[in-house]
Amino acid sequence: MCSGRVDLEFILRAFSNGQDGVFIGGCKLDECNYVTHGNYDALANTYLTKKILEHIGLNPERLRIKFMTGADGNLLAEYTDDFTNEIKELGPIGESEGMDENELKFKLEAVRKLVPYIKLVERQRLRVPFKSEEAYNKFFESSEVNRLFNELIVDKLAISQIMALLRERPLSAGEISEILGLNPSEVSRHLDVSARQGLVRFDKSQDLIVAA
Amino acid sequence: MEYPDKFNQGISQNKAVHVYFSQAIPLVSYIDDSCLRLKENKCDICSSVCKTGAIDFRQTPRKTDINVGAIILSSGITPFDPSVKDEYGYGKMQNVVTSMDYERLLSSTGPYEGEVLRISNKKHPKKIAWIQCVGSRRVTEGDNSYCSGVCCTYTQKQVILTKHHYEDAECTIFHNDIRSFGKDFERFFQRAEQLPGVEFIRSYASIEKEIPDSKNVVVRYATSDDGVKREEFDMVVLSVGLNPPAAYKEISEKFGIELNSHGFCKTDSTNPIKTNRPGVFVSGAFQGPTDIPESVFTASGASSQIGELLNYRRGKLAKERVYPIERDVSAEEPKIGVFVCHCGANISSVVNVPSTVDYALTLPNVVYATDQIFSCATNSAKEITDLAIEKGFNRVVIAACSPRTLEPLFRDTLREAGLNQYYLDMANIREQCSWVHAKQKEEATQKAQDIVRMSVARASQLEPLQEFDLPVNKAALVVGGGIGGMTCALSIARQGHEVHLVEKNKDLGGMARRLHSTLEGLDVQAYLNDVIRQVYQNPLIHVSHEATIKSVTGYLGNFTTILETEGRIKEIKHGASVLAIGADEYKPTEYLYGENDSVFTHLELGEEIAKGNQTVINAESLVMIQCVGCRNEDRNYCSRVCCSHAVKNALKLKKKNPEMQIYILFRDMRTYGFREDSYREASENDVRFIRYTPEDKPVVEAAKEGGKDIIRVTVPDPILGRRLELTADVLSLAAAVIPTESTNEIASHFKVTLSPDNFFKEAHVKLKPVEFATDGVFLCGTAHYPKHIPETINQAYGAAGRVLTLLSKDTVIASGSVAKVTECDCVSCGACITACAYDAIEFRDTPKGKKAFVNPILCKGDGLCNAKCPTNAISLKHFTDDALISQIDAAVTHEDIIEQMDAVLEEA
Repeated sequence: MCSGRVDLEFILRAFSNGQDGVFIGGCKLDECNYVTHGNYDALANTYLTKKILEHIGLNPERLRIKFMTGADGNLLAEYTDDFTNEIKELGPIGESEGMDENELKFKLEAVRKLVPYIKLVERQRLRVPFKSEEAYNKFFESSEVNRLFNELIVDKLAISQIMALLRERPLSAGEISEILGLNPSEVSRHLDVSARQGLVRFDKSQDLIVAA
Repeated sequence: MEYPDKFNQGISQNKAVHVYFSQAIPLVSYIDDSCLRLKENKCDICSSVCKTGAIDFRQTPRKTDINVGAIILSSGITPFDPSVKDEYGYGKMQNVVTSMDYERLLSSTGPYEGEVLRISNKKHPKKIAWIQCVGSRRVTEGDNSYCSGVCCTYTQKQVILTKHHYEDAECTIFHNDIRSFGKDFERFFQRAEQLPGVEFIRSYASIEKEIPDSKNVVVRYATSDDGVKREEFDMVVLSVGLNPPAAYKEISEKFGIELNSHGFCKTDSTNPIKTNRPGVFVSGAFQGPTDIPESVFTASGASSQIGELLNYRRGKLAKERVYPIERDVSAEEPKIGVFVCHCGANISSVVNVPSTVDYALTLPNVVYATDQIFSCATNSAKEITDLAIEKGFNRVVIAACSPRTLEPLFRDTLREAGLNQYYLDMANIREQCSWVHAKQKEEATQKAQDIVRMSVARASQLEPLQEFDLPVNKAALVVGGGIGGMTCALSIARQGHEVHLVEKNKDLGGMARRLHSTLEGLDVQAYLNDVIRQVYQNPLIHVSHEATIKSVTGYLGNFTTILETEGRIKEIKHGASVLAIGADEYKPTEYLYGENDSVFTHLELGEEIAKGNQTVINAESLVMIQCVGCRNEDRNYCSRVCCSHAVKNALKLKKKNPEMQIYILFRDMRTYGFREDSYREASENDVRFIRYTPEDKPVVEAAKEGGKDIIRVTVPDPILGRRLELTADVLSLAAAVIPTESTNEIASHFKVTLSPDNFFKEAHVKLKPVEFATDGVFLCGTAHYPKHIPETINQAYGAAGRVLTLLSKDTVIASGSVAKVTECDCVSCGACITACAYDAIEFRDTPKGKKAFVNPILCKGDGLCNAKCPTNAISLKHFTDDALISQIDAAVTHEDIIEQMDAVLEEA
C-alpha cells in the first residue's frame, strides 16, 4: 500500500473522530517503492485537505505530510516528536478554533459528503502536470489554485452544509445564514441553484425551505 | 551449578542444561560438556525431573554416512583472541573487553539484558574507548598482517548504539585509516562522527595500565598537535579482527583443500567460490575477511555453481509442503487470537506485556490472548497453530515487530492451522513503540495497547484472499556484457536455461577491456578472452550487440523486452532479468586533467603501463592523488577500488623502474583484506604515502624545471608540519567510479530504484544484495557499487543463484492483495486507469456498458486507484476502506472521547 492510498475520507474521518492531528508518512519523493510516484498524490491530497480545513475554520497545521525512506527511523521519530509538540501547542481540535463539537462534526460531515465530487474535480482541474516537489509547492501556493478552489469547491461546500441543515429540519433563509455565518445574498444564491437542481423547495405552508 | 555462558562470551553464567541462545533454531535445551554427570558421573537431577523423558545419558556419538555431490565450506571466521598478547591487557584488566564481548553487552539478550555494564562494578561506563586494528594490519608475532575489513564499520555501529543507549556516553575511537569502503559506509561513518561526545582520534594506542582502585584503564596515544598523551577510560573495547576458522588446518586436511598463507581458503581471482578440489566450494568469510552482503552473495553463488554441477538432480530430494485444507470461516463471527511478543527483552523491557495481554482480552471479537517470548521461534509458531485449532479462532493478531521481515512466517503459521493466510494482522509494538519509547514505559504500554486495539479492529474486517500461480518463462535476460554479466549468463546457461545477453557496445568485455592485471596478479585480458569465447560457444546464450532497450513489459516470470540491436528490432520473452550494466570512470575536472598530457587517471595509467609507454615507465618521479571526484559533496561515497589500484600501478612501475620516485597522496588507504599485504609491500619498496585532508587538498601546477616540463604538486605534510613540494613527470588521479550514463533509463525500464548516489538499490543492503525490490529483477557488478573483479564475479554467481531459484520453478505465486472492481458502482470515469502506472486496469465492455477491469497479475497493490475512485467502485483487497476506517476509528477509544469532553467541560 502506497501513501497515495490515503483517502481524503480517511483524513476527514480521523478529524471527525476528534483526533487533533493527522500525520501522513510517505516514501521520499522521486524514490518510489512502486513505479507510480503515488507519494505526489498524497502530497496533492494534503494540500487540498489543508485548504478545506482552513476554509471550514480549522487550523491547516493539523495535517502534515513528511517523506522518508524505510531506513529513516530516526527521521520518523524526529518528525513525530515535532508534530506532536506542535499539535499539543495548538490544543484540542475545534475548541482551539472556537468551534463546539457539534459544529465541528457538522462541518466535517458536509465535507465528507463532497468527497466523491472533490475526487472528480481534483482529477479534472487540480492536477499538477509535472511531478516535482517544486512544481507541486508552486502550484498549490498559486493564486490560480485559490481561484479554482473557490470556484469549484467553496460553493459546493456551502450547498452541502445547507443540505445537511435542511435534512435535519426545515429552515428559513435567515436561519440558514445565521447558522452558517454566510451573508444572506450568498445563501439565496445557493438556494436558487439548489432549487433549480431540485435539491430544495420552498414549502409555502410552513413558509420555510425544505429538502426535496 | 553455573558455568560461564559461552554465547555471552563468558560474561554471564548459565547451566549445563540450557538453550544455546534465545533465538536459536531449534529452540530446544541441550546439555553441554560442563555437565557433572558427563564429567564425573555425578548428579542425575535433570533426567529425573524431565517429565517427557527427553534426557538419555546412554546416548553415544554416532557416525552417519551421507552421500553428497558437492560440498560448501562456509565455516566463517574466529574472532582474534587478544589474550594471546600481553600488551592488550585482555583477561587481566576487567574493563578491557573485545568488540565481541561488547556486542553481547549491547544485546537485549546479552549478559545484562541490554545494559552496558562494567564487569568490575556493574556500573554504566561513561567514558569508553575503542582501539581499532587489534590483531590486524600488524606483522608482529601473533597478529595478522591483513586488514579485517569489517572493524571500522562495526565499531561505528557500536558507537551509534552506545549513544542510543546512553546519551551522555563519551566515546573515543583510536584508529588508523577509516576504511569505509562499503556501500553507504561513508555516510554511516559521518553519522557516527557527528554525534556529540564522539571523537575519532587517528593514533596508535596502547593500554598502559589499570588503576587499582577504580579499575579504570589508562590508554597511551599520540597526536600530532599534543604529542604523547595518557587518558583514563571506564571501559576499553578492543576492535578485534577476523582470524580464519579455528579448525582451519583440520578443514584443509579433511576436505583436501589448499589454504593461503593466512589460513583462509586459497582462492582463484577468476572464481573465488571454487577451491582447488573440484566439487568443494567456499562461501562467506572463509574466502577471506568479508562483510554480510559479500557473504550472502558468495553463498548464493556457491549454490549456483553446485547447480551447474548437479542440475540433473535438481528437485529430486525436495518434498512439497502440504498444508491442511483451508477452513471456510466466512459464515463465522470474527474470533480473534492475540499473541503479544516479548521479543526477548526488546519489547517487554519497556512495554508491560502481561497487561497488554489482559487488555487485548477486553477487546471486541478477541477470544484468546497470550504472551510469547519470541513469537517468531519455531515452537511459538507451533503454539499459534495449535491454539488456533484448539480455541477455534479464525483471525490472528501478532503484536510484535514490523511485518516487513516476519509477515511471511506468520502467514505460513496461519496456513498450518487451516486458516486463510490473509486473516493475519501484525501490530508493530517494537519499532514503533518499545524501541522509540524506552524511557516512557507507562505511556509505551498505553500506546502498545492502542496499536493492538487498532490491529484487532482491522483484523475483524479482513477477508480471505486467494493467491494464484503464474507460469514461469524459463529464459533469462542479462543486460550488460562485462565480466559480471557474462559470468552470470554462463552460470545460468550451464544450468540449462536460455540466456539473452544484451550489450550496448560492439564487443563484449565492458570495463575489463581497460584493465590488464589485478593486484592478485590475474592477467585480465587473457581471462576476459576466455570468458568471451565461452559465451559465444555456449549454444544457450544469445548475444545482442550494439543494443538499446526500447521497452520492458510484463512481470515476474513473464517479461517481454523489446530491443534495437544492430539496427533491427528484437522481441525477447524471459522470466527473469539481471542488470549488470557496470559503471563509468569519472572524467576529472581538477588537477590539470585534460589540459596536460602528463596527467592520467589510474585506469589510463594502467593502460599506458601495459602498452609500454616509455615516458611513463622511465619517469623519474610520479605522483598519484587519491579520492578524485568522490568522498566529496557531489559524491558522498568511496569508490572502493582506487587505493588498491594505486598500489597495483605503483608496484608494477617499481618493478619496471626501481629508481622511480612514487608518491601516493591519500586520505585513508583502503586496501582492505589481503590487499593490505600489497600496501605494505609498496611501502617497503619505497613508495611514499602522504596523507592529505579534504580541507587542504594538494595543489597542482604545470612548471618548467631544468628545461623540462614538470608538474609541481604541493601538499601539506602533517607529520613534518610544513608544505612539501613534489616534482612529478607524471601525475595519476584516482578518478571516482561513477554510475554509468544509462542507469536512469535502465532503471525506469525495469521499474527498479536507485540509491542516493545513483547506483542500483538492492532489496536489502545486507540480506538481499543481488535482488531488487521489483520481483524477478536481479543485479550484479559495479552498477550496484564499485567493486574489484573477484568481487564482481562472486556477485555475478550470486545473482545467477537467485535467478535459478526463480527459473527452476514452473510457477510463481502472485499476491492476493490486488485491486478489484464492483462493476455496478463503476461510472466509467477512468480515474483508476490514469492512476495506474502498471497498466493493470482497462475498460471492458459488459452488458451494462464500459466498466473498469483489473488484471490481477499486473496489479502491484499500491492502491492509488482506490483513493482516486469517486464512487468506491474499485478497492484494494486487504487494505479496503472498511478495514482501514475501522482501524482509524479504533485509534480513539470511546473512553478517550468521553474523557476529553469531560476535560473541556471542567475547564469551561
